[in-house]
Amino acid sequence: MTTVVLTPSPHLRSPQTIERAMYAVILALLPGTAVGVYYFGVNAIRVFLLSIVGCLVLEGLALKIRGRGLEALKDGSAALTGLLLAMNLPSSTPGWMVLVGAIVAVLLGKQVFGGLGYNPFNPALVARVFLLISFPVALTSWPEPRAFPLSLDTVTKATPLGEMKTNLLMTGTIGDIANYGLMDPLLGRMGGSIGEISAAALLIGGIYLLWRGIITWHIPVSYLATVFALTGAYWVYNPERFASPVFHMVTGGLMLGAFFMATDYVTSPVTAKGMIVFGVGCGLITVFIRLFGGYPEGVSFAILLMNAATPIIDRYTRTRVFGTVTGKEART
Amino acid sequence: MKRMFKGGVHPHDHKVTREAAIAEIPMPGEIRLSLSQHIGAPASPIVAAGDRVLKYQTVAAISGYVSAPIHAPTSGIVKGIEPSLHPTGRFIPAIIIEPDGEDEAMDTLPNADPEYARGAETWKEMVRDAGIVGMGGAAFPTHVKLNPPEDKPIDMVVANGVECEPFLTADHRLMLEAPDSILSGLRLAMEMVGAKRAVVGIEANKPDAVERMVNADLPEGFEVSVLPVMYPQGAEKQLIYALTGREVPSGGLPMDVGVVVQNVGTLAAIHEAVTFGRPFVERVMTLGGTLPNGPGNYRVPVGTPLSHIVESTGGVAGPAARIINGGPMMGTALSGLESTVTKGTSGLLLFGPGDFRELRPRACVRCGACVRGCPASLMPHTLGNMVEWDLFDGLTEFNINDCIECGCCTYVCPADRNLVQWIRQGKAELVARSRN
Repeated sequence: MTTVVLTPSPHLRSPQTIERAMYAVILALLPGTAVGVYYFGVNAIRVFLLSIVGCLVLEGLALKIRGRGLEALKDGSAALTGLLLAMNLPSSTPGWMVLVGAIVAVLLGKQVFGGLGYNPFNPALVARVFLLISFPVALTSWPEPRAFPLSLDTVTKATPLGEMKTNLLMTGTIGDIANYGLMDPLLGRMGGSIGEISAAALLIGGIYLLWRGIITWHIPVSYLATVFALTGAYWVYNPERFASPVFHMVTGGLMLGAFFMATDYVTSPVTAKGMIVFGVGCGLITVFIRLFGGYPEGVSFAILLMNAATPIIDRYTRTRVFGTVTGKEART
Repeated sequence: MKRMFKGGVHPHDHKVTREAAIAEIPMPGEIRLSLSQHIGAPASPIVAAGDRVLKYQTVAAISGYVSAPIHAPTSGIVKGIEPSLHPTGRFIPAIIIEPDGEDEAMDTLPNADPEYARGAETWKEMVRDAGIVGMGGAAFPTHVKLNPPEDKPIDMVVANGVECEPFLTADHRLMLEAPDSILSGLRLAMEMVGAKRAVVGIEANKPDAVERMVNADLPEGFEVSVLPVMYPQGAEKQLIYALTGREVPSGGLPMDVGVVVQNVGTLAAIHEAVTFGRPFVERVMTLGGTLPNGPGNYRVPVGTPLSHIVESTGGVAGPAARIINGGPMMGTALSGLESTVTKGTSGLLLFGPGDFRELRPRACVRCGACVRGCPASLMPHTLGNMVEWDLFDGLTEFNINDCIECGCCTYVCPADRNLVQWIRQGKAELVARSRN
């Protein structure tokens, strides 16, 4: 005999689930992943495998310890954290260091708070910044991209942003960076983390996520527009001291950050207004670190700082409730 | 000014019964007229066991301002007044009538005003005495809505032909088959509230209904407005906003912005009551879902057991896993077919075990889908969390009472959280607290 189910309305549910969202983001990261593997070869594959498998095993372990069952492993969030962490590391990162990153991401970044939905900071970025501060040399040695290198040996190459910072320190101007071409960073021929080197591949993934409705335009557009406008203003003011806004758009981790890290559901605001505030904040911090900070790149720091600001942004960017003036009192 | 309301969702409309003309079903062997056919005070019975009643005869009288009388839908013998299962799941007294097969009707014409000579005040009494209530689902007594206080001038009556619930096609068929009754009811409603304008709101997925309405020789001041498809556009506040750009204030009513909304079925019932003196004894409803062998749109007497509707139309193709009274977004789940058609029954849907995906409720991931989907611009995820964690104090601050319980938040939630149910619980908790 079939049981009649008594549930409260609505009885219909949209097909959208956490799983579908997570796997869509993973799919959208594939072009960037492919470029990384193409230019960094077996070394990149090594980092991807260690990071993703490490995150999945640790997530499973944590779920067991918490007595939650392994069902949550299938939601794709641990795999996505592993993928994002790998994309944010140089291909030459030692294996044990990748595993330390996985431990920080999954255990300290996520499970100690109660798992998916409760973490205040983007787990992959927590791990990346942890590694960057703990192992600054390993985390800032960038193998030169070459067409699918099979050897684990690497020749290092500065990132465009690193070169800019060095030039500034040495000469007070950005030097050659003023003539930096657009094609190399678009297609992945620049030094950098495995997953950040091709702005074009990341843009394709980002547009896919927008088209699927997995993310909305508010965070990436406000983030990118802020970086573009602010770096543009400085560039107009002094093109010898400041690089062009186009250079800033395609170099570093901006595309990866704007489309895939800042848009993390759990750690970003929920309202459209809040998302724009969040994106603008990410943009401002990124630009100030890049132009005036001690680090060449500021995307990770910017997003983490704005993650911390998310609760207060949510508080002050509430929706205006239908039929009310301010969202609180009724119109008379 | 027409505009799109904020929020809303786009479920597949599944309006597979849209081609099925309104059909009659055989008279059931027993009619059970619940005394709670409407929102407000239950009607008080004025017949007793053993009485013979005629079709249209009043069997229960109005018992307050917000209440409505009840009439016999056919002739027969009153068997008694007994607690009977109501679609809400409670046992509520009902007048049990055994039809005698004669369907002998009272002469209603002495109560009628076919020349429309008696005027608005008399018509309101006729609507009240005919037991008309809102047929879109809420079943609010219509005469109350047609009697706004002096200080609330009404300039527009809206005929609600949106029918945004998936599966339901009863209003759609009514617009195709009885457009003149609807427009006549609309004109009567306009005069009753003193409005100069009337708008028929229809969603764009019913182009044939739009065409029929437009071609029905619209009188001066009438307009048919085609709206883009979006659930819950049939909700009064959203519909008024979509048609006029006016926002009904928080805690207010449509009359606060000069509008009265009536479902198209209700308007046809007003026409029947005023023109022919006929009280509300039957309604059109959709039988649908994946299981019924005879899905379609049926004109059924109020009080008909739901089991009779299913059996007399060919039964079901398999065991039911879900039975829904109304639409799948706001309708209530039933445990079986023992209850009856009430004046607010817009549909009966039956589904098999495989028709709904399995749910896996988890923690909120703060994706914001519910915030974007909420037509009241609330923050459903916050309200849900507050109720889940017993933080009832903040609910009012987050405008919980502006929730219209349309279910959009739950529909879109990727973590399968039943947010609207938590909101209902939160509202109930606040009501309970205010009583203490």
